[in-house]
Amino acid sequence: MYSEKVIEHFKNPRNVGEIPDADGIGEVGNPVCGDMMTFYIKVKDGVLVDVKFKTFGCGAAIAVSSIVSEMAKGKTIEEALKITRDMVAKELGGLPPNKLHCSNLGADALHKAIEDYLKKQEKKI
Amino acid sequence: MRRIYFDHQATTDLHPEVKEILISSLSLFGNPQTIYYEGRKAKEALERARKEVAELINASPEEVFFTSSGAESNNWAIKGIALANQGKGNHIIASPIEHISILTPLKRLQNLGFSVTFLPVDQYGRVDPDEVKKAIRKETILITIQHASNEIGTIQNLEEIGRFAQEAGIALHADAVASCGHYPIDVQKLNVSSLALSAHTFYGPKGVGSLFIKKGTKIFPLIEGGWQEEGRRAGTENLLGIIGMGKACAVAKREMGNWIERIKPLRDRLIREIPAQIERSYLTGHPTERLFHHTSFCFEFIEGEALLLYLDEEGIASASGSACTSRTLKSSHVLQAIGIDPVLAQGSIIFSLGRENTEDDITYLLTKLAPIVERLRQMSPLYDRYLKEKKIKGG
Repeated sequence: MYSEKVIEHFKNPRNVGEIPDADGIGEVGNPVCGDMMTFYIKVKDGVLVDVKFKTFGCGAAIAVSSIVSEMAKGKTIEEALKITRDMVAKELGGLPPNKLHCSNLGADALHKAIEDYLKKQEKKI
Repeated sequence: MRRIYFDHQATTDLHPEVKEILISSLSLFGNPQTIYYEGRKAKEALERARKEVAELINASPEEVFFTSSGAESNNWAIKGIALANQGKGNHIIASPIEHISILTPLKRLQNLGFSVTFLPVDQYGRVDPDEVKKAIRKETILITIQHASNEIGTIQNLEEIGRFAQEAGIALHADAVASCGHYPIDVQKLNVSSLALSAHTFYGPKGVGSLFIKKGTKIFPLIEGGWQEEGRRAGTENLLGIIGMGKACAVAKREMGNWIERIKPLRDRLIREIPAQIERSYLTGHPTERLFHHTSFCFEFIEGEALLLYLDEEGIASASGSACTSRTLKSSHVLQAIGIDPVLAQGSIIFSLGRENTEDDITYLLTKLAPIVERLRQMSPLYDRYLKEKKIKGG
């Protein structure tokens, strides 16, 4: 069963939505497996000033997205890249063992959005 | 908080008459296998229950055997009939949308050298009786087709399949766990050789089921080493459970007509109004040839477990066949077999009604469901994509 914190985040997910002029977008997962996440980030002076997500998936997937967005917001890129799946699960008070892999994609989606941002920066230079 | 229960396929509460008989039977402790007073009293209660089960399905009491569950009944029928008929052949015919308590024993039999033909099903999950006929070989010893699906509610045409099986001298097993107590069952009309029942899905206790075995059917026991159940199912009887099951059958026989008359219009309202309220929703299973208390849908762009949990927050209990809801994290084999797209199958939801549901409950569900689906869609990148594509197409 889900921890209280998972239920809480699932019930009131933070930062749901899209950033129309996002600096980086990261999409992971596969709807056939039941989970897909898209993360949007806005970066200013190396800091994630805004993080938003859209998620197709189960309760765990929505809670994971929500907590990752909270953990990343206000962090520097270096700090955000250090967020791991384990940290996310721990922050949520644990996840059911069978959901540890498939639904815990939030950190990956965030990292992908940061990579997207960094790639775009390179092009600009 | 108000709770509304729409998962009667998972289990049900006890009918008040079942509760009453369980409480009044608590001191009935005798072993039905003993011949003194206490044993005789227990035996009487046991045989009364057997008669009540038999009457619900139009069998004779000697053809009813008590088990621990629907799963045990299915295991017994599949393994018992296959092993007892090995001398005749090793071929079994099954539908691909059977419950896992049929499919898993079939897999074991395949490993032991039996061969299994899985028949095609149509978009509603129905098996064409002619396909059964075509699949019959001279080595065929068993056909197993569920009476109704717990996931999509579809009822099978067992009567005709049973006729073919009978003509060919092949045993036909029917898993009736989803339908018993909610839909009329007559084993004579269905032409089945065995039929599995479970008490807890129609207001009886958990941990008790039964297997109808038509006289003359060759079947080995699954649990051996006791005189109980005519030596065909060993183990001291679950007397209280059995008494409760008997009562649940007696109540179902008496009340089923009333239940159907009341519940079917409520269910029909869901089938009518859900697609009218929610775009991109699809009824799964047969629109009319289905359990009267059952409705199931797939909603595009969202995932069923999330939907189920949000409904739970509003006090509504439901079920889903989505991958995330299942322990195996695989989406429902039933939805797959009827050709539902795997992404759409993720948005599965099942509402199974019961005798206590009211018009009010349906209204409540209908006011909550569409906003929850919308909320999840607003979160879904798939819905985003759909809206953007729609905009481009629409100019």
